[in-house]
Amino acid sequence: MARKGDIVINIERCKGCEVCLSACPHEVLALSKEVNSKGYHYVVKVNSECTGCANCAIVCPDAVITVYREKATSGQ
Amino acid sequence: MSEKSIISPENLVYEKTGVMTDKVLHYCPGCGHGTAHRILAEAIDELGIQGDTIGVAPVGCSVLAYYYFDVDMQEAAHGRAPAVATGIKRVMPEKYVFTYQGDGDLAAIGTAETIHACNRGENILVVFINNGIYGMTGGQMAPTTLPGMKSSTSPFGRDVSTMGNPLKITELVAQLPGTYFVTRQSVHVPANVRKAKRAIKKALEYQKLNRGTCFVEIVSNCPYGWKMTPVESNKWMEENMFPFYPLGDIKVPEK
Repeated sequence: MARKGDIVINIERCKGCEVCLSACPHEVLALSKEVNSKGYHYVVKVNSECTGCANCAIVCPDAVITVYREKATSGQ
Repeated sequence: MSEKSIISPENLVYEKTGVMTDKVLHYCPGCGHGTAHRILAEAIDELGIQGDTIGVAPVGCSVLAYYYFDVDMQEAAHGRAPAVATGIKRVMPEKYVFTYQGDGDLAAIGTAETIHACNRGENILVVFINNGIYGMTGGQMAPTTLPGMKSSTSPFGRDVSTMGNPLKITELVAQLPGTYFVTRQSVHVPANVRKAKRAIKKALEYQKLNRGTCFVEIVSNCPYGWKMTPVESNKWMEENMFPFYPLGDIKVPEK
């Protein structure tokens, strides 16, 4: 089973460029209907399929995303 | 395991590097400059040379680069970054010196400085962001604009019979004996970001060897200048920029 991960999005820094959406292999990300204080639709997490691969964070031009991934347990 | 427990310091795999300041980047949404800044900062962080690095900022979109790197920075006059970096490196040869320049800065007004710094084999790293357009001033045609590519000063597309041919400055400097490592990368998908970061890290490591100029071109997008969304601009870049500016190492050090 794939290791589970999670992300934290700094919505105030997000400019809604959508580059991370296509980088995510599990379609975890989508644009919000709401806007942040600068008027940009920001990225939100829409499901719990995240594996912590960090692809979204690596392509993000504004370093918005922090990625966590659970430690591999023995036997996996 | 509940999701809450995943978000804890021991599970952290990626966060913004401390070599970048907390200032919000002024770049347009989806601009490759942000990613290029970040991988350069991460390379500096991973090599542990934050205190020994001096950067030279250009004129153009990335004119405010000194706000974003938490290292010593110097602003240069338009196109003169390699000349300024030459001076810094010669006075403090033990420091790691890089310049960060766009195509208008490096390949247009600064062509002389770029070519002569590379020809002298100055022991610096030149990071060259090529988006084929003058982004900051309103998307005018640059020396690197592709044939037939529309810009605000070539609205019917670049006609090479009157406007000249695009300048492949990276291939040009690779011919010079002074350059040690010359490569072309991009930062639009995760795999290419990883490769570009490895190239920058290698180039910074080579600076210790004193063998010559390292030149890293990053082919980038300009969603605003190209009048496209960031995702469209990345696709356009793959289809049009990469055939003309092929990615890969152009000059690698001999073993």
